[in-house]
Amino acid sequence: MIAEIGHYALILALLVALVQGTLPLIGAQTGNAAWMAVARPASVGQMLFIGISFGCLTYAYVVSDFSVMNVAQNSHSAKPLMYKISGVWGNHEGSILLWAMILALFGMAVALFGGNLPPTLRARVLAIQAWIAVGFLAFALFTSNPFLRLDPAPFEGSDLNPLLQDPGLAFHPPFLYLGYVGFSMAFSFAVAALIEGRVDAAWARWVRPWTLVAWSFLTLGIAMGSWWAYYELGWGGFWFWDPVENASFMPWLAGTALLHSAIVTEKRDALKSWTILLAIIAFSLSLLGTFLVRSGVLTSVHAFATDPTRGVFILAFLVIVIGGSLTLYAIRAPKLKAGGLFAPISREGGLVLNNLLLTAACSTVLLGTMYPLALDALDLGKVSVGPPYFNGTFGPLIMPLLVAAAIGPFLTWKRADLPGVLGRLKLAFAVTAVVFVGSWMATTGGSPLPAIGLGIAAWLFTGAMIEFAGRIKLFRAPLSVSFNRARHLPRSAYGMTIAHAAIAIVVASIIVSQVWRTEHIALMHPGEQVEVAGYTFTFKGVRDLAGPNYSAQRAEFVVTRDGEPITRLFPEKRTYPSQDMTTTEAAIHTTWLADLYAVIGDPDGEGGWSVRIYHNPLVPWIWLGAIMIVVGGAVSLTDRRLRVGAPRRARAAAGADAKPQTA
Amino acid sequence: MSAVQLRYMLPLSLFVVLAVGLGVGLTRDPSQIPSVLIDQDVPRFSLGPVEGRARGLASADLEGEVRLVNFFASWCVACRVEHPLLNRLTEDGTVPVYGINYKDEPHDARRWLDRMGDPYVRSGADHDGRVGIDWGVYGLPETFIIDRNGRIVYKHIGPIRPEDLEQTILPLIEELRG
Repeated sequence: MIAEIGHYALILALLVALVQGTLPLIGAQTGNAAWMAVARPASVGQMLFIGISFGCLTYAYVVSDFSVMNVAQNSHSAKPLMYKISGVWGNHEGSILLWAMILALFGMAVALFGGNLPPTLRARVLAIQAWIAVGFLAFALFTSNPFLRLDPAPFEGSDLNPLLQDPGLAFHPPFLYLGYVGFSMAFSFAVAALIEGRVDAAWARWVRPWTLVAWSFLTLGIAMGSWWAYYELGWGGFWFWDPVENASFMPWLAGTALLHSAIVTEKRDALKSWTILLAIIAFSLSLLGTFLVRSGVLTSVHAFATDPTRGVFILAFLVIVIGGSLTLYAIRAPKLKAGGLFAPISREGGLVLNNLLLTAACSTVLLGTMYPLALDALDLGKVSVGPPYFNGTFGPLIMPLLVAAAIGPFLTWKRADLPGVLGRLKLAFAVTAVVFVGSWMATTGGSPLPAIGLGIAAWLFTGAMIEFAGRIKLFRAPLSVSFNRARHLPRSAYGMTIAHAAIAIVVASIIVSQVWRTEHIALMHPGEQVEVAGYTFTFKGVRDLAGPNYSAQRAEFVVTRDGEPITRLFPEKRTYPSQDMTTTEAAIHTTWLADLYAVIGDPDGEGGWSVRIYHNPLVPWIWLGAIMIVVGGAVSLTDRRLRVGAPRRARAAAGADAKPQTA
Repeated sequence: MSAVQLRYMLPLSLFVVLAVGLGVGLTRDPSQIPSVLIDQDVPRFSLGPVEGRARGLASADLEGEVRLVNFFASWCVACRVEHPLLNRLTEDGTVPVYGINYKDEPHDARRWLDRMGDPYVRSGADHDGRVGIDWGVYGLPETFIIDRNGRIVYKHIGPIRPEDLEQTILPLIEELRG
């Protein structure tokens, strides 16, 4: 019964979305205020019905109702409650439902908090959101219905893929989707602006917070995914340039570019059609990511069961959404009035450079991901594109971006004095030189690339600090003055400083963890000791252990340093009988400066075990840095301007709009 | 249409190319055998051993009995998923498994086999991927079934799942031995 309620609610949500997609759009075109007003209650209703539907599916998982096929295929009664819940979106059908629910959540947010938007813009934005929802709801209902029944119901479910039974991956998809789907807001705003034929500073001001929310969630989602790969794949690595990883990274790069170009549109009324295009691209790449993962075009460790009708459906949807919006762009964008002019060396110029490098980097990732497919489609043979390509093309594009990111915030709008700015960065030059020389000496004659990378990270970090110190006149005015200035600095300035410094930390941590990693791989017998990076690991042996739905072999290592006990590590090898799969669970002890990382392999049959022990310096800071980036985004979101400034403009804009309508 | 307006058509044109490509891609099953390779003799090659292993692999080694040839690499995440399955095939003596280490650093490959277990009767190091090109390898892992006469009978793309083994690979091997 519960499953049928969920199914029915989903059908109702589709019908509501159809109404929400049509009436407000016609209303906005003909100036019918009543029809436009339908959008707000409709988007709340749509969220309500999808929420009921999602709740029903979750309930079926929690009570292990195996008469629902989706539950029987992806759950198991012995699974811990957390993984019963995460199992809801750990499969194709459920994850599409989650997608639709988050989409509705964003739509509802515009309906509830968008009181200050001009009515026509709001009606159009919500209508476009609704059309995206129609696509996803129809996809769920016609090709991926999570509520199909099984008769007779099996006694036990066949369990969730053990790799997905993990806290990091359990909550990774919701964050990733909040990011992917969040870009739908920027997209809907962009399409609505193209329909209206008008892009102004106020428009950019509404788009920026939504983009920032999506981008922050996407950052968090990607970081969680990479954290999971780090400890679950038992490899000590955290990024594999896997197509599915690229699928989430491309919208992130495009979104980062969009965040920056929207600043120019807001402050200087320039780069309008480019900002619109980026908004379309960021969401298109999110959809493309969904297509790549869901259609089975690419095989990947992350890929779920594939089905050709689903692929055809998603492709048709992609063509309508992306093709439609780009057609609209081709027709309407030339008519957008270009705004303020600027010299190449200026804040605008810096942000254009940022956009060029980010979109170029994004294109190389797109090319590397699609190239094998393209050659195959043209019958030119099959090739493989691996990490060497991505490291070789992505790095050289991203390094100049990081160099420029330190300089950009110093540049003034319209026309800037580059020698003057570089003069203010003397300290950064000095720090960069010290870091470069120091790390090159430490790499003892290896490639200079790590030292160059670390130098650039130091440059960006120091640059961000000097810029902040300059804003509050630190050491150039009495401390009380500096403190006062710091208090009144806009939150978005804090956000930028935090995010730029955090990027520098992430880059430096990645480089250090790659270059100065120590590892020890050996066959060890109980009682044996090994020394890794100054720590002594004593192997105590392996014991068998029973988990809720798996059995495990757990090893014990006692770690000491100079005779002082540091920690005990318990790496495991788990076997899930219901899926006949084994997973490794790395044991990690973090000192915050480095991770001690232990994994056990197979026994040799004579009492020995193959073990791998890593000392991964600065790895925790990759994720701490990612969290700092998100904090930067969040701090920037609390900026007064984004909350209070918009309504002032909105009233003015709404007033201007109201006149022709009443006439 | 003026040049200025053509500029705005560019994103759309690029997307049309992409969409057509994706459409063609959909009509192909990524785990389908490329027709050129079925019933062909194994491409001629001779590879040195993976670092730390004594014996390399050459096409001459692949005659006389039904075998699996598995392309793997330490950088390939999906290979990790299927590896326990290959280990079990060797432990149970189901079918001899031969390995080709594709575009890998010698040191990484050695460590990988030391850690994950080495199911391969013989394995060759295809460091620059030349042999992989002859075999039509485009994404790892890929696994080929070779018959007694050293011909390629079947190609499996992507990690071998238990159901692939039960439903396709093992029955085919039985048939070839038949």
